[in-house]
Amino acid sequence: MTNHWVDFKNSDVILIMGSNPASNHPVSFKWIQEAVDKRGAKIICVDPRFTQSAAKAHLYAPLRSGTDIAFLGGMIKYILENKLYFEEYVKHYTNASFLVNPDFKMPGQNKGVFSGLTNGKYEKDTWSYQTDAAGVIKKDKSLTDPNCVFQLLKKHYSRYTPELVSRITGTPKDKLIEVYKIYGSTGKPDKAGVELYAMGWTQHTVGVQNIRTMCIIQLLLGNMGIAGGGIAAMRGESNVQGSTDHGLLFHIWPGYLSTPTASWSTLKVYNEKNTPTTKEKDSLNWWKNKPKYVASFLRSMYGNKLSLDDAYAMMPKIDDGVNYSWLMIFDQMYKGKFTGFFAWGMNPACSGAHSNKTRLALTKLDWMVNVNLFDNETGSFWRGPGMDPTKIKTEVFMLPCASSIEKEGSIANSSRLMQWRYKAISPVGQSLPDGDIMSEIFFKVKELYEKKGGPNKEALTLLTWPYGKKVGHEFHYDPRAVAAEINGFFLEDKKVENPTKKGEFKEFKKGDPVPTFAWLQDDGSTSSGCWVYCGSVGEKGNLAMRRGQADPTGLGLFSEWAWTWPVNRRIIYNGASVDLNGNPWDPSRAVIKWNGEKWTGDVPDGAGDPGKGRPPFIMKPDGVASLYGPGLVDGPFPEHYEPLECPVEKNLMSPQKNNPVIKRFDKTGVGSDIDVYSGVGSCDPRFPFIGTTYRVSEHWQTGVLTRWCPWLAEMQPGMFVEMSQELAKDKGIQNGDKCAVSSARGEVECTAIVTPRFKPFNIDGNTIHEVGIPWHYGWITNKDRAYNPGDKKAEVFTQGDAANILTSTIGDANTMIPESKAFMVNVVKKGVK
Amino acid sequence: MAEKIKLYDDSKCTACRGCQLACKQWNALTASQTENRGTYQNPPSLAPNTFMLIHFQDYVDDKGNIKWLFRKEACMHCTDAACVTVCPSGALYYNKETKTVGLDHEKCIGCKECVAACPFEIPRYDAKTDKVYKCDMCQSRITSNLEPACVKACPTGALKWGLKETILKTAAKRAKDLGGDATTYGDKYVGGTHFMYVLKEKPAIYADIHKDPSVPWSVTIWKGWLKPLSLLAAGGVLGGAFFHYMIHGPKTPDAPNDGNDAGTTEGGK
Repeated sequence: MTNHWVDFKNSDVILIMGSNPASNHPVSFKWIQEAVDKRGAKIICVDPRFTQSAAKAHLYAPLRSGTDIAFLGGMIKYILENKLYFEEYVKHYTNASFLVNPDFKMPGQNKGVFSGLTNGKYEKDTWSYQTDAAGVIKKDKSLTDPNCVFQLLKKHYSRYTPELVSRITGTPKDKLIEVYKIYGSTGKPDKAGVELYAMGWTQHTVGVQNIRTMCIIQLLLGNMGIAGGGIAAMRGESNVQGSTDHGLLFHIWPGYLSTPTASWSTLKVYNEKNTPTTKEKDSLNWWKNKPKYVASFLRSMYGNKLSLDDAYAMMPKIDDGVNYSWLMIFDQMYKGKFTGFFAWGMNPACSGAHSNKTRLALTKLDWMVNVNLFDNETGSFWRGPGMDPTKIKTEVFMLPCASSIEKEGSIANSSRLMQWRYKAISPVGQSLPDGDIMSEIFFKVKELYEKKGGPNKEALTLLTWPYGKKVGHEFHYDPRAVAAEINGFFLEDKKVENPTKKGEFKEFKKGDPVPTFAWLQDDGSTSSGCWVYCGSVGEKGNLAMRRGQADPTGLGLFSEWAWTWPVNRRIIYNGASVDLNGNPWDPSRAVIKWNGEKWTGDVPDGAGDPGKGRPPFIMKPDGVASLYGPGLVDGPFPEHYEPLECPVEKNLMSPQKNNPVIKRFDKTGVGSDIDVYSGVGSCDPRFPFIGTTYRVSEHWQTGVLTRWCPWLAEMQPGMFVEMSQELAKDKGIQNGDKCAVSSARGEVECTAIVTPRFKPFNIDGNTIHEVGIPWHYGWITNKDRAYNPGDKKAEVFTQGDAANILTSTIGDANTMIPESKAFMVNVVKKGVK
Repeated sequence: MAEKIKLYDDSKCTACRGCQLACKQWNALTASQTENRGTYQNPPSLAPNTFMLIHFQDYVDDKGNIKWLFRKEACMHCTDAACVTVCPSGALYYNKETKTVGLDHEKCIGCKECVAACPFEIPRYDAKTDKVYKCDMCQSRITSNLEPACVKACPTGALKWGLKETILKTAAKRAKDLGGDATTYGDKYVGGTHFMYVLKEKPAIYADIHKDPSVPWSVTIWKGWLKPLSLLAAGGVLGGAFFHYMIHGPKTPDAPNDGNDAGTTEGGK
């Protein structure tokens, strides 16, 4: 989230699209309700289904799954045509005035794709900016040059007429206009609009571009950086923010530093390739400091035992151009490329797209370690539906781990809030905190390397692991030591110039915590496990443990409650909440204010001294936010493409049906025999309905924890399929009937919920049905499965298996997140062919 | 402490069911084996181990607008509580201060008079324990000046607990602010209930709501003159039997219910 949970109360218009917070983030509605009660805020909900959030919205608009860019592209057109945008903000704080290469071509004039497409990949030469002799980007502050970003944006979205958008999305035209009008009203300096998204936007082949489209809208309306504004990524797991911050994804190290590739052979090359430069004279270009963060991270890995260059050499590199995301892991596993696998706090047999492929992939392993609170569909895959245990070689080890209340540590939530949690009870039985288990494994592997040697031995044996102590045979990991290590230390006595006050020096002793990341060094004199967390643990202790409740601004920043990265800033980009002279756009909602000497309120972001002309988006090399975003692999402007599996023959927007740069697993030599799709190219009559997945309040993730909780299982006991009354009538299905929902990849049994909350869509004159299923279920808590003596039985059984049996191996072009929100299915009453 | 009311405002309820869970947890109630029957609503109805329930209801108004209505069903804690009136053993009682209706299971003799008398069809009889169960407004919490567990769990402010006068004013203002068909429910019946609603739609629209709840005439008669008379006559036993006959007619074997508690619970529809 750019802002934070409490900040919803400062909004005037709350757009819920791609999420269902009433069901899945119930506490968010505390603040949404407060905005409604105290500000008269309007809630808009856009969703294929009339959800619990829709039930609380002032305006609901249906849309067909996978058509969000068309919907929002129409909003961009509406905002531009009706001059609802915040002109001063757009002119000075975005790249609207930048002139783009005249050779750049857009989909409207280029058969549905941007210029540069060759062999399913974009060459970006024509996506560049025009520069002068000194390399400075050419600009037209009047925003009239036909090659300026603003004019290109206007031209690109001029194709997104309400008529065409309505034919694509199935949203009635009057509803579209109503949404555009209400949301567009937040372009005034004293109005704020926020957008709440979750997996409803990310899990598409155009997932990143869905969010990009909204970013463009928020920038046009001046909603970024202000109280009550921003883009709210509603995290699907309470610590997902923490996991990405700390480098859980394959392509990043902690702190969003790129994972090195094989061709970046030395630290010098790495820094050259990754450190942005700029010729814009007022731009701060914060990422110029990247080498400091990289050096400090390497120090946290190997301490002073290795030079920075050698430490870099030790770090694992990924092969150039190879993707190591979730879908690829299981594809490679299915092809027998893995021998072992740790499923740690995860249940891929249910959570991964195309579950049948995932489950078969597990049979190819020699061994698997399943670390979890309970046995699950992953740990017991070998005795799951359709499996013959006598033919499966995989040896499975179950390591029971402690639950969140049985150990200490921090979580970082959607607000980027690092909040300390304390242990309430001791772990039950033989279970251990994850950190203890990891430490144990680390020391054993290290011991093996030391005894027997092995490739790149020192990479492991020289790692620093000062995170606890050994008691008897067991190593007890200390999360407070880890938190301090993440913050970072000075590794030697050093006198350092204050990064914010030239000429002022401060002396640090070896072992002193680094006060903030601005003090981190690139010469190896500091360590920091994750630079964005530098400042969280210091002289005043671990700030994540703070519980101060002061709120001097009244905006709900609660700056003394725990700690937020970066530098305890609650609203990022807040430098854009003030005008060029440093005055808040909306004085009644001032996030930061200049008191004549310094900024007050939130920790200022990129604000500089008022009137000095520093552009506020300091994480961008050019200092301004990107309406035009050439960094993504699938285009500098979002363009509507159909989901890979879709109910239409043609993309009504252009001749290009799907995102042209997605990785197709059904192509020869890419995926495997089991990677099948339906309706690619033309509609497949076997699977005529759109399927989508979602969550209910009562279950969490694949239900590994919640299905075992009898009170929760009692409330939501099993798989259901929600469908319209019209579809049910067509298919002879009554409410409560058992149904089979099938896709090209599998079938799940569901109970029909026949409801007016789903309505057939009118897509270009055709009636198109959509159905929805929850993703929380799995066979292990079913009553009718085989039980061995000693197997734990759920107190309240659930019914049905994983929704992901239906979803496919296809991912977003940038992130490879699977397209689980739009695929094609059939629904029949059980027993009917 | 003084007279208190719990308020449920359906316009603020998101049906997250934190309240339903908190009720089970605080009261240490078991879960039943359920299955999806074509609705999110589960368990299907109140039960000896389910003191409150969020109702889910699809509703299309006469203009074709879709709505999803939620309603919390639980004991209404009547001022003029038929259950207290008919209870021969003193198990059902008014909390002296809050005026809510408590239930002392030690004293409950399983006669089921309350089940028959309740104008809201709330109490549920469990043959296994031979006792009746219902929401007691978290007697164990409110006597320690804590809000009921459901109120504590509510994230949106749809549930409130407070002084009678304050809540009545809050409810009236909320209904007025909402406008349209919004109204209060509960305050106008049975001497005023200590659990009341603000409803966004006309009450009659809500499924299974009691449109004009009142104390049954038989209970009024009982309270007015039969109970004093019978107490005089035979310590209540004879009167109780007579009363049972008046309402139910001759005793017949219990009809089996659905679910795993088949044949062991009674009450409701």
